[in-house]
Amino acid sequence: MSTIFFLGYKTILVTMVWGISLLIAMYATLMERKLAGFLQDRLGPDRAGPFGIFQPLMDGGKLFFKEEIIPNDSNKFLFILGPSLAMFTACMTSAVIPWGPDLNLFGHTIPLQIADINIGVLFVFGVVSLGVYGVMIGGWASNNKYSLLGAVRASSQMISYELAMGLSLIAVLMMSQSLSVKEIVQQQHGINWNVFYQPLGFLIFIICAFAETNRAPFDLPECEAELVGGYHTEYSSMKLGFYLFAEYINMFVSSAFMAAVFFGGYNFPFMDKIANGNLLAILGVAVFFAKIFFFIFVFMWVRWTLPRFRYDQLMKLGWQILIPLSVINILLTGGAIMLKNL
Amino acid sequence: MQITSRAKRVDKKPFTFLERAYLPAIFGGMVITIKHLFKKKVTIRYPEVQREFSPVYRGVHMLKRDENGAERCTACGLCALSCPAEAITMTADERKPGEENLYREEKYASVYEINMLRCIFCGLCEEACPKEAIFLTDSIPTANFTRDDFTYGKDRLVEPLVRPVKHINAFEEERRTAWNKAR
Ligand code: SF4
Ligand code: SF4
Repeated sequence: MSTIFFLGYKTILVTMVWGISLLIAMYATLMERKLAGFLQDRLGPDRAGPFGIFQPLMDGGKLFFKEEIIPNDSNKFLFILGPSLAMFTACMTSAVIPWGPDLNLFGHTIPLQIADINIGVLFVFGVVSLGVYGVMIGGWASNNKYSLLGAVRASSQMISYELAMGLSLIAVLMMSQSLSVKEIVQQQHGINWNVFYQPLGFLIFIICAFAETNRAPFDLPECEAELVGGYHTEYSSMKLGFYLFAEYINMFVSSAFMAAVFFGGYNFPFMDKIANGNLLAILGVAVFFAKIFFFIFVFMWVRWTLPRFRYDQLMKLGWQILIPLSVINILLTGGAIMLKNL
Repeated sequence: MQITSRAKRVDKKPFTFLERAYLPAIFGGMVITIKHLFKKKVTIRYPEVQREFSPVYRGVHMLKRDENGAERCTACGLCALSCPAEAITMTADERKPGEENLYREEKYASVYEINMLRCIFCGLCEEACPKEAIFLTDSIPTANFTRDDFTYGKDRLVEPLVRPVKHINAFEEERRTAWNKAR
């Protein structure tokens, strides 16, 4: 494969993944509001265009035209760095997610994954933990006690739940014997999905994913009632938009990650019946996105069902329940693997 | 001592394991919310669809005319007196010869103002009026930018002439039947 071709299709792929995650994040805001409305017997926004489909554009436009306020006492460099970092890390994780089986075009095999690095899972974790800095820096640079409290809450929450998240994933990695996301997905061929082997692991993982993305019921960092908005209290205009947007991108990416690691990614039952490789690839992508949308829906469904946790409950759940549970899960998995190999 | 038969014993049992595990309760809650996804929505798409008012709804006032199109109000001030919110003010004037087709009585209100911000739409003015001149209609005061705009003068209160004048008794009758139906 020539270098030019390689660079060309990677560029296209990167642009597409980036554009699609932005688009989905944008429309996730509309979906969220619609769903919130529907779950509360309302209709949600329906004024901007049919069914309100222009609402996200209007919201984005509005954020651009809002006055941009940088507080006098803030550290300006860090104040701007905060949301940029949040956005940057949110967009980066999608690089290792395999979006579908390989395509065959012009005599080349084109993997629908930006980078198949052999430590994909570790990469995701590394980038996700970088996300804490966006929140922390933003909250600290605002020079506002509410922001700082929100940031402290956010960082301690993220760090605590990252532990349980990582531990719950170790059981999966023990089974797959690989850190590459692509390989994990390939091993779940057909309906051989990890969730059937690791239900407890999946449960722990999804709970931690809620906490990692700062979504309800773990949205303590930005609880409006106590902290005036949390770490982004001082933010306005598009910088606030970046923070809010990063949350939706994170939601999309963690849905994609969950679908890939636990729900078989692009695999679906009876996929061997389809002989045409390209058709299979396209169907695979469609199935994968259906799974992603399902998880985004679950994210929102949970948000509009459950009330917020209290801070001590949150910490207790993380440290005293989820971490021991995931350790037990690891032990069980280890025992099962040992029995199988006997 | 037992005061009522409906008393319920409240006890503070420690949670059972299932209750402490949250999950059954969470799934129960999620089932409830998902059911609402398919329920009928209560939203009324306002400008296109308007909410149906109760037939006895009390909205903005109207100063009625009689069957010949003359204003019925005689500026007796009873409505202002009965108004608990002190929302009504008026200035009386004497009818000049030749104005009989404009005003029914010899005395009429040259200025008649109701402050819609003060008014509580209780309808006491309607009850007090001896001339059946003031009625509360089913329209709501529109939004305005300044407080002064909420003081409705005669220009906005008097029944417009262009509309076919409904006989006052017919109006009353309609109201009464509506009221009876609502009950
Ligand atoms: S409806 Fe009640 S408050 Fe309003 S003007 Fe009449 S008497 Fe006053
Ligand atoms: S509206 Fe009726 S009560 Fe009020 S001043 Fe006129 S006639 Fe009298």
